[in-house]
Amino acid sequence: MTMLTAMCAIFAITILVIILAYIAVRGVSAINIEFLIDTPKPVGEGGGIGNAILGSALMTLLATAIGLPIGIGAGVYLAEFGDNWFGNTVRFLADTLIGVPSIIVGIFVYTIVVLPMSRQSGFAGALSLAIIMIPIVARTTEEMIRLVPKSMREGALALGAPQWRVTWNIVMPAAASGIATGAMLSIARISGETAPLLFTALNSRFYNYFFDQPMASLTVQIYNYATGPFEIEHQMAWAATLILVGLILFINIVVRFLTKKKY
Amino acid sequence: MAKTGTFADSLFKGVLTVFAATIILVVVAMIAMMFWNSLPTIREFGLGFLVGSDWQPASDVYGALPFIYGTIVSSVIALILAVPVSLGIAIFLVEQAPKSIASPIAFMVELLAAIPSVVYGLWGIFVLAPFIRNYLGPILQNYLGWLPLFQGRLTGIGMLTGGVIMAIMVTPIITAVVRDVLEVVPNTQRDAALALGATKWETTLIVLENASSGIAGAVVLGLGRALGETMAVTMVIGNAPQISASLFEPAYTIASVLAANFAEATDRLYLSALIEMGLVLFLVTFVVNAAAKVLVMGVAKGTNAARQA
Repeated sequence: MTMLTAMCAIFAITILVIILAYIAVRGVSAINIEFLIDTPKPVGEGGGIGNAILGSALMTLLATAIGLPIGIGAGVYLAEFGDNWFGNTVRFLADTLIGVPSIIVGIFVYTIVVLPMSRQSGFAGALSLAIIMIPIVARTTEEMIRLVPKSMREGALALGAPQWRVTWNIVMPAAASGIATGAMLSIARISGETAPLLFTALNSRFYNYFFDQPMASLTVQIYNYATGPFEIEHQMAWAATLILVGLILFINIVVRFLTKKKY
Repeated sequence: MAKTGTFADSLFKGVLTVFAATIILVVVAMIAMMFWNSLPTIREFGLGFLVGSDWQPASDVYGALPFIYGTIVSSVIALILAVPVSLGIAIFLVEQAPKSIASPIAFMVELLAAIPSVVYGLWGIFVLAPFIRNYLGPILQNYLGWLPLFQGRLTGIGMLTGGVIMAIMVTPIITAVVRDVLEVVPNTQRDAALALGATKWETTLIVLENASSGIAGAVVLGLGRALGETMAVTMVIGNAPQISASLFEPAYTIASVLAANFAEATDRLYLSALIEMGLVLFLVTFVVNAAAKVLVMGVAKGTNAARQA
């Protein structure tokens, strides 16, 4: 029976290797500097993903700026004060929110931002990503803070520190590296999101630095290129995927390396 | 000193409470806004919306049944394929493999979950779909072609391809939860079984039995993910609102009709119909995820109690 279970594991790894190999081989052959800085052009005239990379970076940045403080704050609340009905409700809803399809978040943001503004915008895209990020960050932060030994809190309280100083100056620094790895993984997660951006940020053919305008993103660009009719578009989809997956794998491997030292 | 401390304390706690409350607010607002914006179709069609099988936005006829059917069937295909493999991987990692092998393998399986959905879609279009069209499909038709499931024209794009790509995507999620569940089964149970003369495999079966509600939770969690899987499925399932017995035929899921049509839905009733389907998907995944959580918690709590006893 060990043979059979081992084969399951080998099977999964084989699929991973096949996927990564396709991305590497087909992506590398289509990638060059112009592709990385150019904007999309009509088929046959080259073009690139420069504006999509910028759009993804801007939206991820804004999403992180919104989602990270709220997520960390909620996580600290859950760990330090959350053993009551309110905390349990938040915890339960955070867990279920993590499992809600990301496209639903896109619809929600569409109804509260895009409809009132009557146009798609980079802000709407970033807000969707932030909402996806908040429950993930909250739950990992809570777990990390719960790992901090009680004796540290008691020691600080015994020295006369008020509760908020204990949490802010003792507990949170002790859990900082764990919170940071959780944050990095959540950034990796949102940078691969496509569905919530499709009708919130929409897309754009130009470099756009303003959050009140539709914004291109790497993932939506991959979707458009992949489902387009021309071979040249497919090549660009693979090249853009190489950039995206490279970034996400890099973050995951760094996190793995950082956390491995501790355990 | 004590007084400033208490003021600062309540301020600090107050700010954190607001952050935590944001999560409740988001969920409540989600349900409210989606319900509000789907009122036009709820008023117009009532429950008929969910059982109607005609979908013609051009003439304002909206029935969600083909999408509900496609969502359920593709998810079932995904689970049939993913559950045995996930169980196998988890058993291998927790019960059989030495730690030096288990840890890198576990990491690689987790990486499967880190790959974005749209990338699976790209790979699905250009690698998996041709593979199913040229190799897997003909084999299935050869041996099981007498079943209505495997009849019809093979294009590589359709329900089966959607189910297979979903299976790959939920495997790491089910595996991770089953691993956690198996790891909380106390070692005393394994020792006791071995001491009574059980073989290693019989011991594993006993462990599985004790973890069964947690494993059920893992499967339900995988179901929740499969139901809501969007981009990859949209790219390979064919996007045709039809109910067909054949798994080779194109189909449509709720999530993929949203992804493919939402941006261009400007008509009030059309938008409302899409949002109502979003609401249905939201409520279903919400309940499924909650059920999974209850099942997994049951195991974890039980073993903690057992440890303390």
